[in-house]
Amino acid sequence: MHSLSGHTAVAGIGATEFSKASGRTELQLAAEAVFAALDDAGLAPSEVDGLVTYTQDGNQEIAVAREVGIGDLSFFSRVDYGGGAACGTVLHAAMAVATGAASTVVCYRAFNERSGRRFGQPDARLGGEPSSHGMEMSWHVPFGLMTPAAWVAMFARRYMHAYGATSEDFGRVAVAMRRHAAVNPAAWFYQRPITLEEHQASKWIVEPLHLLDCCQESDGAVALVVTSAERARDLRRSPAVITAAAQGSGAGQMMMTSFYRDDMSGLQEMGVVARGLWEMSGMSPRDIQAAILYDHFTPFVLSQLEELGFCGRGEARDFMAGGGIEIDGHLPVNPHGGQLGEAYIHGMNGIAEAVRQIRGTSVNQVEGTQNVLVTAGTGVPTSGLILSRE
Amino acid sequence: MSTTAEPGVAEPAATGVHERFTALAERQIELGEVRGAAAADPVNLPMIRHWTAAMGDANPVYTDAAFAGASVHGEIVAPPAMAQVWTMPGLGGGKGGTSPVDELMVALDEDGFTGVVATNCEQTYHRYARLGERLVPATRMTGLAGPKTTALGVGYFVTWLVTWYSEDEPVAEMMFRVLKFRPREEKAAPEERTRYPLRPAVNRDTAFFWEGVQEGELRIQKCGDCGELRHPPGPVCPSCRSANRVYAVASGLGEVYSFVVHHNPPVPGIETPFVVAVIALPEGIRVVGNVVECSPEKVGIGMPVRVEYREMDDELTLPMWVPRES
Repeated sequence: MHSLSGHTAVAGIGATEFSKASGRTELQLAAEAVFAALDDAGLAPSEVDGLVTYTQDGNQEIAVAREVGIGDLSFFSRVDYGGGAACGTVLHAAMAVATGAASTVVCYRAFNERSGRRFGQPDARLGGEPSSHGMEMSWHVPFGLMTPAAWVAMFARRYMHAYGATSEDFGRVAVAMRRHAAVNPAAWFYQRPITLEEHQASKWIVEPLHLLDCCQESDGAVALVVTSAERARDLRRSPAVITAAAQGSGAGQMMMTSFYRDDMSGLQEMGVVARGLWEMSGMSPRDIQAAILYDHFTPFVLSQLEELGFCGRGEARDFMAGGGIEIDGHLPVNPHGGQLGEAYIHGMNGIAEAVRQIRGTSVNQVEGTQNVLVTAGTGVPTSGLILSRE
Repeated sequence: MSTTAEPGVAEPAATGVHERFTALAERQIELGEVRGAAAADPVNLPMIRHWTAAMGDANPVYTDAAFAGASVHGEIVAPPAMAQVWTMPGLGGGKGGTSPVDELMVALDEDGFTGVVATNCEQTYHRYARLGERLVPATRMTGLAGPKTTALGVGYFVTWLVTWYSEDEPVAEMMFRVLKFRPREEKAAPEERTRYPLRPAVNRDTAFFWEGVQEGELRIQKCGDCGELRHPPGPVCPSCRSANRVYAVASGLGEVYSFVVHHNPPVPGIETPFVVAVIALPEGIRVVGNVVECSPEKVGIGMPVRVEYREMDDELTLPMWVPRES
């Protein structure tokens, strides 16, 4: 069996501006981001033969293809489970390219998540669907446990109990992200850093989560061009080689509500992704110079550091102490400001930042980034990537 | 007395009460016209000036001596609508004397017809009152009707006639009618309960659980072959592939394994803040539910709880968890 490692690369990245009200349709946002990514790579729409997006995306592949002027498509697929799909789209694209199912695949995510349907708002219909997901939600929605913040808070409380972590430990993630975003002109929170005191003083959303433990809501789109590493070398940008890509789901997995399996203090599915990434890349955490960790809510950044092996179980609070995940720390996390600081584009903007870090073009460039690890949505079946410089 | 209420006609409050009111009213009506206390002040210009200013009546015949002198009246006269003003007892009640209506009103109050609303007022003016005249009211009770069912409640209409005299000459008359009613209870008829908006999807894999809570049982799916307990339930036993499902009834005891306090954003059907917890049952499974009858600050991991059942509406019952002694 051939390994996927090293055969494909991200050759182009593109995005719209990140806002609270884009003023245009999600399809237009998708088209703009795809154009930008193709221009970045130096490719024409006619050279694209594959498209991948999230199951949740409102823009069908064929609609995007029509808008952008892509002709025949030989590969199209969707990846499920909310933001857990982010790196999964790249995995699917890489597999398509590596197997010859397609030669050039664009991954995209476009939404008006702030001015349109807001994921953070309770939706009573969640429990009404007779699908397996609806049945899952039916054990929680009737009790008002129906927002992402609440689902994460349930894990966060158990994590605090298990390891003695505090709200201030969670707050240090928010402070780091906002520090990074403050110097990123593309970030919504550009020039708006926060202090730990401000984090502590922010209102409760769902205890133990404060407002500033929760990522923002955004309108915007991001697209990525995936092609063979060989071809990428001939294109406009230096390739971000896909050294590893993995998806993961754990035993007893649910969407955000895996409360019934043995351990509620970790992220079993991210452990599955971690094993996949280390195995495919032959690397260990020591080989990673920067990480893009999915930060829709601060507590899961701690869990991810542990599941990925950057530190031991329950040790993330010590790992982060003294600015450990800040730009000048021992593992810079989310130099673009993450979803807490830059924008919530369902993890897709983090992959774009990983590509910039590999290229050496980030506004918060980490020195000597050979390998960058990226993760996707937490609390759901998820995915991850290791991108490398050649 | 009829025992079947006609539309708009209510049963009397209690046996004998209606008869008592009727008898009292008849006696008061027989009294005929009863003179009350004379006005505290004679008809005077300052009071006219206040009243016309307040009412926005700019007719100079009421306040301008020269104008009035040249009018058909030949002098200042009081606005006819002021008739009642001259003999009102004032805020303190004053010594207005009794009227034949008082006794019936007190009786109605005592039987719970405490509400009052004026329903009719018809005034008849015989002539203009002049400055210096001291008016005297005389009241005649004219009718009692009821009990009637009204939007305000069950009540009696009481009607009387007041005539204002200057010496023995009638100046104005007023027919006045009030409804004395029994105010409705806050929670009158049992209204249909609002439908609780947060509903579970129920299918043939999960119906046994929801039927259980409806009957006051917390049911846990049990494999009919290997006996494994499982929650949330599903169609196939993951241990032995059996689709033969039965259920065990849980003891209803548990302890808080994790919990959250929801503050924002508002959730339909539930008042914030509220507590949702993962409850570990001694049977070896976990369930999610609300912790109630306990302030959120007092909830903690490890807290012993027991199940209770709450009817959310006519169709849905939910299991809830309340604190218990360990």
